[in-house]
Amino acid sequence: MAAVKVENLGKDYGSLRALGGVSLEIGEGEFFALLGPNGAGKSTLINILAGLVRPSRGRAAVAGFDVRRQWRKARRSLGVVPQELAYDPFFTVRELLTLQAGYFGCGRPAKKWIDELIGRLGLEEKADTLMNHLSGGMKRRVLVAQALVHRPAVVILDEPTAGVDVALRSRLWVFMRELNRAGHTIILTTHYLEEAENMCRRVAVLNRGRLAALAPLDELLRRYSWRMLHLKLRSGSCGRLPPGLAELVVKTSGPEIVLRLHRDRDPLGGVFEELEAAGVRFSDLRIHEPGLTEVYHELTAEAGS
Amino acid sequence: MNDFNLPGFYTLFAREVWRFLKVSIQTILTPVVTVMLYLLIFSSVIANSRQMLPGVDFLNFLVPGLIIMAILQNAFANSSSSLFQSRLNGNVTFVLLAPISDFEFCLAFVGASVVRGLCVGCGVWLAAGCFVWVPPVRPLLALALAVTASIALGSLGLVSAIIADKWDHIAAFQNFVIVPFSFLSGVFFAVSKLPLFWRRVSLGNPFYYLVDGFRAAFVGVSEMPPGLSLAVAVVFSLLSFAWALRLLHKGSNLRA
Repeated sequence: MAAVKVENLGKDYGSLRALGGVSLEIGEGEFFALLGPNGAGKSTLINILAGLVRPSRGRAAVAGFDVRRQWRKARRSLGVVPQELAYDPFFTVRELLTLQAGYFGCGRPAKKWIDELIGRLGLEEKADTLMNHLSGGMKRRVLVAQALVHRPAVVILDEPTAGVDVALRSRLWVFMRELNRAGHTIILTTHYLEEAENMCRRVAVLNRGRLAALAPLDELLRRYSWRMLHLKLRSGSCGRLPPGLAELVVKTSGPEIVLRLHRDRDPLGGVFEELEAAGVRFSDLRIHEPGLTEVYHELTAEAGS
Repeated sequence: MNDFNLPGFYTLFAREVWRFLKVSIQTILTPVVTVMLYLLIFSSVIANSRQMLPGVDFLNFLVPGLIIMAILQNAFANSSSSLFQSRLNGNVTFVLLAPISDFEFCLAFVGASVVRGLCVGCGVWLAAGCFVWVPPVRPLLALALAVTASIALGSLGLVSAIIADKWDHIAAFQNFVIVPFSFLSGVFFAVSKLPLFWRRVSLGNPFYYLVDGFRAAFVGVSEMPPGLSLAVAVVFSLLSFAWALRLLHKGSNLRA
């Protein structure tokens, strides 16, 4: 059974199409990245899954439960860490978590889990502090705890590390990995692509309300055809570049040049042979393999153009 | 009712009650003191021998009206300020993410408004005892009207909090609808003493029936049959609740 399944999901706000017929499936226990530029439709998709937005067409299910027809079960299966630092100023951290557990029907049994969450997220010293007396980072921790308080099968982290210090980031990721290992499905949206690259095994890229890519991370990286060759040339070698290679130069900075090479058309062996034949000598080289950032930029630029 | 999320509803209800108890100086003590000031002024300025209703001294006439007015205004204030603040802060999202239905949501907010209305009403009644002790002759009728009035105004508070885009809108609803309707409902005067035109206008004001019926429950004398007042109160509260529920169901300003 899929942890999340959406079929031809669409949402219109008047004449604006926020989401146009997206279909995707996220398996149980996946650590999944949902990427895309601002306005791509990520939040709309998340909000439909969470029941905060009603779809104009299509279907969505969480843990096998339709978000419209079986909304109670769907919501019990889902925890969302929202992007905005929203908080209830009247209550302390512990009171807030107890209330949140109560909304989901987890009363006293949740007490132990709440204590554990408080401990795991480093909130012990602030447990009895009013929310409006907490720093931004602490509030972010409470948002995470609130999303997890009913032990949902699927957890959506919507920009969880925006404005968060390095220590909390690493603590958060360690915790998320543990939850993932324990069987929770984690869906991450982030603008920090290296986080998605480090954490997620599969990636969806949304652009302008449509699915621009949906693939395992390594497959997505393989799809990117280019790599960068950085060469530090010895004096006198610059003018000797053969015309075929000279047109691949994308940047020159003093003695250093950067060549953009196609994986299939410009094999490294061939490039070095050409350089040697032309008498081009270099003192250093570096090859930059593409990461998610390059793939992401290509995908969102392609879909946008 | 198999599908009723009782723990979820109860938690939201408890949250709402807990919220106003945490700021009880503002939510309970302030309205009680305000009504005490009204009583102080009216008892000093207006001769108590003056009668609005046959056989009922002015202060005895005034106290039940002030109690129900305080109930109405505070029931409205509770749901409107709580929900609107939650909307502005964004923390209403955490309730909307939970498996709580629109009906449970509405019931919890309105239930807390009823509790606040009753707390303030009892506070005003007890404090008014410093000036004049007015025990209800029909306590069950008084309770029924206090509860229905709170349901109606708690529901209207939800409506205003859902519709409003800024605090100014909430204040406008309170100052241009709730306060005039409650002041012009016969709290301070007998409607029967008004000119014919205003008497007829008053008959269309549901607050009038709440005030008149509530007064009947305390002093045993009224302008309208208490049964009619209770019936109007029940219909008014059901319609207001249905309005709030419909807005929640449509998702207005809460779910897109």
